[in-house]
Amino acid sequence: MTFRFLSGFGAYWMLLGKVFSRPEKPVIYYRQTMKELVSLGLRSIGIVIIISFFMGAVITLQTAYNTENPIYPTYLIGLGARDSIILEFSSTIVALILAGKVGSNIASEIGTMRITEQIDALELMGVNSASYIILPKVVATLIFNPFLTLISIITGIAGGWIVGTTAGVITSSDYIYGIQYAFIPYYITYALIKTLFFAFIITTVSSYHGYIVEGGSLEVGRASTKAVVYSSVFILLVNVILTQLLLS
Amino acid sequence: MIRVENISLSLGGREVLKDVSAVFEPGKTNLIIGKSGSGKTVFLKCIVGLLEIDSGAIWYGDVLFNKLDFRARKEIRKEMGMLFQGSALFDSMTVEENVRFPLDMFTTMSYDEKLERVNFCLERVNITDSNRLLPSELSGGMKKRVAIARAIAMKPRYLFCDEPNSGLDPKTSIVIDELIREITLELNMTTIVNTHDMNSVMENGEKIIFIEEGEKCWEGNKSQILQSDCKLLNEFVFANALAKQLKESAR
Ligand SMILES: Nc1ncnc2c1ncn2[C@@H]1O[C@H](COP(=O)(O)OP(=O)(O)OP(=O)(O)O)[C@@H](O)[C@H]1O
Ligand SMILES: [Mg+2]
Repeated sequence: MTFRFLSGFGAYWMLLGKVFSRPEKPVIYYRQTMKELVSLGLRSIGIVIIISFFMGAVITLQTAYNTENPIYPTYLIGLGARDSIILEFSSTIVALILAGKVGSNIASEIGTMRITEQIDALELMGVNSASYIILPKVVATLIFNPFLTLISIITGIAGGWIVGTTAGVITSSDYIYGIQYAFIPYYITYALIKTLFFAFIITTVSSYHGYIVEGGSLEVGRASTKAVVYSSVFILLVNVILTQLLLS
Repeated sequence: MIRVENISLSLGGREVLKDVSAVFEPGKTNLIIGKSGSGKTVFLKCIVGLLEIDSGAIWYGDVLFNKLDFRARKEIRKEMGMLFQGSALFDSMTVEENVRFPLDMFTTMSYDEKLERVNFCLERVNITDSNRLLPSELSGGMKKRVAIARAIAMKPRYLFCDEPNSGLDPKTSIVIDELIREITLELNMTTIVNTHDMNSVMENGEKIIFIEEGEKCWEGNKSQILQSDCKLLNEFVFANALAKQLKESAR
């Protein structure tokens, strides 16, 4: 069990070595990256907006009900919601959801290419298949996911504002005062750094599980489940480490 | 010329290739025949280096191919074309993009030159007016033919075909066989074809290797195959009713 995990870990790093070797035809890699920006990035905006909106709403309501005490000024609700959204929800929770959406997509796409011999066909032509398939995905998510995080922060805070004021737990002016109060810009940097790490984990871990598939469609299904589980676990693990390193 | 010497390979704890040697000459269609599961695909994948052999040697001309690293192999790979058993077309690309892919990747041709070459190759395999279709919109036989077009796009020196006519009707199957033989002569390629179709064996068999359970049992050409005294080969060749009757009546 431990041995299997370690040898898998080794194979993962070896695959990364293959992925990050020099591209042979940069033009083609550029074109692939553009395609991936659309399929992995643009197509994720919708789900990120929906989730962030409701997350922001719930966080605001919960913060409001948990601080129902005359000692606390109500603008603290805005402040609390803002910091939870920036520090944790828009980077980590959104990454976990993308691990489910993007990760399973990547693993099943690459797994299918493996079992239908498309990867063999690339290798036979003399193309570095790992680099050709995986590198554009990694680059595309590294470029695009920070935008997703920013979009998530904005919709999350907006969700809190709309639902918080509609439900009457906070006035509009208090909320807006709260989200500006004692704002630490470094928190945004922190969220974006985490996003980059998580994007890398999602694409590489999922690609690895797709790339090593052997067998048929059953194994492709298993690979995509594994991709989601392993990316999520690594995201949570790296989250702890990064939080300690960046905020202490 | 491709020469394999005593190659062996185990997969999943089972020996699937046992000490196979063979020579494949240019300008000839070399056939590998054998039952389903006898190791034809594995043998072909070993020759092209998609599977690493456990022992033995694979020579391309005077280059020892199996000892080369990825970078060095690439030079030889650019001269290879392969038709996979399941076609292996890139399913996110159209027919035209599939055939153009190797040209995009490895040549500095202009777009028009590439398009001309693509259309030429597609015409060779009788696919016209399908440039914009995706592989999922093609029939099995059309996929095979597009895959052949992609395999010959770079004018390869070595062509490998894994069951080019399985799943095709007899007529298309003959067209494909003829096509493979023609381009082999035209480009003086070294062509290796896996098949269990006796029809194409009797048409194309200038050099035939019979594999059973991962071992080479017999080697010869189409005129020798009917008279061979190899028992396993006879079982294979005369497996179908028609062939059996012919043999009986010849007696
Ligand atoms: N990756 C693998 N792991 C373990 N065994 C394998 C693997 N690939 C093939 N084999 C075994 O090797 C043997 C030969 O398989 P191969 O695919 O070469 O047969 P084939 O002659 O091409 O058959 P067919 O005509 O049906 O395509 C089979 O018994 C198969 O079970
Ligand atoms: Mg086969």
